[in-house]
Amino acid sequence: MSSEKRSAFTSSPLFRTLFSVFTGLLVGAIVLLASGYSPAKAYQVIFDGIFSKPSYVSYTIIYATPLIMTGLSVAFAFKTGLFNIGAEGQFIMGALGAALAGAFISLPPVIHALVAAATGIALAAAWGGLAGYLKARFGVNEVIATIMLNWTALYLNNYIVTLPGIKRPAATATAFILDTARIEFLPLWKASEAGKLWRAGHPVWNDILRTPFNAGILAALLLAFVCWWLLNRTTLGYELRAVGHNSDCAEHVGIDVKSRMIYSMAIAGGLAGAAGALHVLGWTRQAAELAAMEGLGFDGIAVALIGNASPVGCVPAGLLFGALKYGGSKLQFALRAPIEVVNIVIGSIVFFVAMPALTRIVSRWARRTARGGGPHAG
Amino acid sequence: MPDRIGGADVLAVEMLGITKRFGDFTANDRIDLDVRRGEVHALLGENGAGKSTLMNQLYGLYPPTSGDIFINGERVRLASPKMAIERGIGMVHQHFMLVQPFTVTENIILGLESTGAFGILDEARAYREVESLSDRYGLLVDSRARIQDISVAMQQRVEILKCLYRGADILILDEPTAVLTPQEIEYLGEIIRNLTSEGKTVIIITHKLHEIKSMADRCSVIRRGVKIGTVDVASHTEGELAEMMVGREVTFAVEKRPLQAGDPVLSVKDVCCVNNRGLPALKDLSFDVRRGEILAIAGVDGNGQSELIEVLTGLRAVESGSVTMLGSDITGFAPGARIEMGLAAIPEDRQKRGLVGPFTVAENLVLEERARPPFSTRGILDLGAIERHARSLIEHFDIRPPREKYLASSLSGGNQQKVILAREITRDPELLIASQPTRGLDVGAIEYVHKRLVQVRDDGKAVLLISLDLDETLDLADRIAVIYGGRIVAVLDREDADERKLGLLMAGGEAVHVQ
Repeated sequence: MSSEKRSAFTSSPLFRTLFSVFTGLLVGAIVLLASGYSPAKAYQVIFDGIFSKPSYVSYTIIYATPLIMTGLSVAFAFKTGLFNIGAEGQFIMGALGAALAGAFISLPPVIHALVAAATGIALAAAWGGLAGYLKARFGVNEVIATIMLNWTALYLNNYIVTLPGIKRPAATATAFILDTARIEFLPLWKASEAGKLWRAGHPVWNDILRTPFNAGILAALLLAFVCWWLLNRTTLGYELRAVGHNSDCAEHVGIDVKSRMIYSMAIAGGLAGAAGALHVLGWTRQAAELAAMEGLGFDGIAVALIGNASPVGCVPAGLLFGALKYGGSKLQFALRAPIEVVNIVIGSIVFFVAMPALTRIVSRWARRTARGGGPHAG
Repeated sequence: MPDRIGGADVLAVEMLGITKRFGDFTANDRIDLDVRRGEVHALLGENGAGKSTLMNQLYGLYPPTSGDIFINGERVRLASPKMAIERGIGMVHQHFMLVQPFTVTENIILGLESTGAFGILDEARAYREVESLSDRYGLLVDSRARIQDISVAMQQRVEILKCLYRGADILILDEPTAVLTPQEIEYLGEIIRNLTSEGKTVIIITHKLHEIKSMADRCSVIRRGVKIGTVDVASHTEGELAEMMVGREVTFAVEKRPLQAGDPVLSVKDVCCVNNRGLPALKDLSFDVRRGEILAIAGVDGNGQSELIEVLTGLRAVESGSVTMLGSDITGFAPGARIEMGLAAIPEDRQKRGLVGPFTVAENLVLEERARPPFSTRGILDLGAIERHARSLIEHFDIRPPREKYLASSLSGGNQQKVILAREITRDPELLIASQPTRGLDVGAIEYVHKRLVQVRDDGKAVLLISLDLDETLDLADRIAVIYGGRIVAVLDREDADERKLGLLMAGGEAVHVQ
């Protein structure tokens, strides 16, 4: 009985992911060893860098927040049979929309934040939907279209943020968003005299409040749930999945395949846009001129892969990715080890996740050992 | 157990007590099988009876849970197809494994390329070898043709050549006739005779009785993983074989009420359309289907049937002409709008258009009704209602295994077809278009599908049957329209039609327009 349970576990996607994470860490250890650093020490630094202080945990979550959402964007499109390489460009559009609406519209608190986020999301949804439209109307592969739109978004962003009247003096970025649009928790109070006094008496909270801890993570969790619900509990989600799995059959049973492609890309775009918008509203408070892509959208592809392309899976995958990125950044200070080591670890994890054959072999091996060697085990 | 070394009459294959379990499912239960050298041995059984599972073990695709395999009297352990090939076993699967842009010869020598100096491929020699093998067995294969350019039947012969090139003495053919036309089946029979006369042993997996009668020497029947017996084909009738296979008496004749045809439900008038390559596929095609009748479209594959189905279901636009259903012109309607009007269709390719493989059976059963109550209200699915609906249909249509949460792709072909049939019939359509509704099904399932189609007709609905199987056409139809070169060349009442007459019309012999 227990061996059966174990074999069910070893063939589950969760095992596959955990195994890949473990293997990725192992490969990272070998790389560290080969470049003359102690893996034990390095992983200790990363671990401490994530967990040893409340502010570190807070930063880990802040790092993970946009990654969860860009991961959701890629995963959602993937569930409907589309490959959204455009999360990067959609992220940029979401950030730009939120920054402009946050800086140049006056509204009461909360409402302003919601409107700014909605503006960014809408802009990004249009951006993603455009790729869907190009595919539905002209048969342009969405991979090509979204790659092109990434660059278009980058340069459009750079053009707009440096326009006179939008650009902040002495900076290559938009004016800061108004305080009414910020979603950082208590940004003004925590810097005030009263706040400082309270913080002096509460060291844990004091430490957390030193970081731009914001409501973005709540939105990310909510969106993960919404994605799951939309895909599995609504007629639209059912249709989107049907199109994703078998568009010929979907068409045959009367689903408008083309419009569903556009919807799907628009929703995916909106999710990546939410990542960009909340990143601005919660942390950076501006849309800056970009010399190159920031990569938060591209990282979403890896997050979606690690999360087994499931909306719920994107949450732990995004947290893991955020943790490795934030914790790994401390290697440079502590050991003077290059940040690339962390990238190798992340790369290896994705690599092993994308190599299901290997994990199948391992799980078969695990099953065999669990059985104590069947008649044909050898 | 010691190896059995025998004389000339030694068995080519002996399988003893083969049991194969997948989890708690027993696919083969202590099966004994002996195949004599030089014979054609048929494995007969319904879909999912365990025939292919048994043969896959002989081909080394997976090991038996228990039991022993002997090849030419020698006990063997076949851990991989490579080991089976080394033992002289070759298998032609239902789905061919050929590289489309490669030539016939390139496909055949793939993995065994003979090279000259500096590892340069000795092409001339390869072509010579393939051609001489092809000649020897009368396979008529063009060694230089590319796979993408040759017919399915020739691809199958390439697969057979591939086995022979690898030195196979024992050939396993998995459902070899499923993809062939009647003439091609006859030719395959000839090839099999050539093979056995050259001393090869052939095992055919099939559920088609008349092929067994015409091709095989002996036949082993498997039912639900258990071997029922091995018989000499010559001394048993098709009916007896069918009974052994299904476990009960099978009626081949279909009972129908007398025809009570009403008004036309579907009228197709002067429809012209082009195929995927832009060439004319349908040319001024016209016919009617009336309430309470089954109209069958008979014809050789590729005469416009596929395009006609697509035009009727709304997947293909017409160049000219009109399609009218229940008095409304639906020529420009999208598939969804036609479904709303009461059109149901069993598609010709169930994997491609009939099912969403990674969806559960329950999800597949509401594909058309997904947005309607009780399955969906205001855009939100009622999973409970969907599951209850599935459970009731599973019971009603005897879908096996009876699990609404199983993935459709995990069901056998016959049960997949039942899922589609259940879905289309229970919507109570005005017009049912059934394309190849029994392709690849065993006799038990065919009987069932036929009964259901007739029931739809008896309920006063219109049924359009498009089948390549002339027996099926003659069994079911009230009227038969013969399609040839994209035109309906004749419409016959059932009483006026026979196989010979239809065959002639289907071959374009006698293009008289009878209306």
